[in-house]
Amino acid sequence: MLEAHDLACLKGDRLLFRGLALRLQAGGLLRVAGPNGVGKTSLLRLVTGLALPETGEVRWRGVGIRRDREALHRELLYLGHAPALNDLLTPLENLRFACAAAGDDADEQSCVTALARIGLENQLDLPARVLSQGQRRRVGLARLFLSARRPLWVLDEPFTALDAAAVAELATTLSDHCDAGGMVMLTTHQDAPFARAPEVLDVGGYAC
Amino acid sequence: MLSAFLAVLRRDLLLAWRGRADVLVTLAFFVIVVCLFPFGVGAETNLLRTIAPGVLWVAALLACLLSLHRLFAQDHGDGTLEQLLLSSEPAVLWVTAKVLAFWLTTGLPVVAVAPVLGMLLDLEQGAYPVLVISLALGTPILALLGAVGAALTLGLRGGGMLLALLVLPLFVPVLIFGAGAVEAELSGTGATAHLLLLGGGLAGALALAPWACAAALRVSTE
Repeated sequence: MLEAHDLACLKGDRLLFRGLALRLQAGGLLRVAGPNGVGKTSLLRLVTGLALPETGEVRWRGVGIRRDREALHRELLYLGHAPALNDLLTPLENLRFACAAAGDDADEQSCVTALARIGLENQLDLPARVLSQGQRRRVGLARLFLSARRPLWVLDEPFTALDAAAVAELATTLSDHCDAGGMVMLTTHQDAPFARAPEVLDVGGYAC
Repeated sequence: MLSAFLAVLRRDLLLAWRGRADVLVTLAFFVIVVCLFPFGVGAETNLLRTIAPGVLWVAALLACLLSLHRLFAQDHGDGTLEQLLLSSEPAVLWVTAKVLAFWLTTGLPVVAVAPVLGMLLDLEQGAYPVLVISLALGTPILALLGAVGAALTLGLRGGGMLLALLVLPLFVPVLIFGAGAVEAELSGTGATAHLLLLGGGLAGALALAPWACAAALRVSTE
């Protein structure tokens, strides 16, 4: 489904990695591993089409994403390192905007439900600037419940700043998504309690 | 199709309302720049009346330039821009929505206040409609061209100065026809030609600038 071959990533004038190949089938859970600065986030950005590889190609359902970016973006949910929250808006406004901007139909009620499910029912009307790091992260993650129909989830450090209970819950959500035929690609330094062990792609092995 | 457009427009207007101090600062800047001229060139009514169209237009242009860097900076910093670029809806639409919201919160107040400042400079009665129309046609062009510059300089160190260097030369034709329209009206030759050119410029900028802006945003976030 999601394939990439011979990927090379140039950051500034430094080649981060080259010759990287990956393959993610329906139901697959891929953990991108490697030490800091090896290019994990850069790899995720290449896969989402936010950045272009120096060599090689990323293919989604057999078609290169440079040729048909929209096809990938219709089925992709990417949560980057920054939680995409505006400090002046409430979590509810942020979440509704994120869904509408992505092209998902999410009414107010389903957004409230998603935020309650992720443990923010008391923070619905607070401006995002008063939220803690973990709570900010949760607002972003609430999109997982609203975008379940998007098969490919690409998550950059989703477990950062979450407490133990939330980590376990998120791991369950991700496992469930894979069991339902979805695909998850994520970076993390934590050992998350997944139902089954994820495949591991060590970017360090392709470092230059 | 329009959900991203409406979502971005509504959000940016809401953000402008919540952070209305920024909008007021732009407007205050416009007022103060215009008010400086009588102090600088002296309170000679004839002279002020002559330079009024140019002064108002230059001040409007600078006020627009002053707030341009805000257009994408916040969204770039907090990751919203990445999410927008990953939207399954065309980038051109939400870029247009952002520029429209920007114009409604910076350009439109300037257009509204300009006649009052025109009185301050003793602009002749008959020139007010043309002044308002020329600003209403010209400031959206400034916003559209400026958005391309803001997208190109996004995330650069010293981006503000670079942005000014980049877009000010592009603003020159707008300034010539905008201020020229008011002067032509005053001299009795009629402002129709100038206003038509400004309208044409607006149509052209509206058709091309969002595309350039979207492409520039993709490059800047890479």
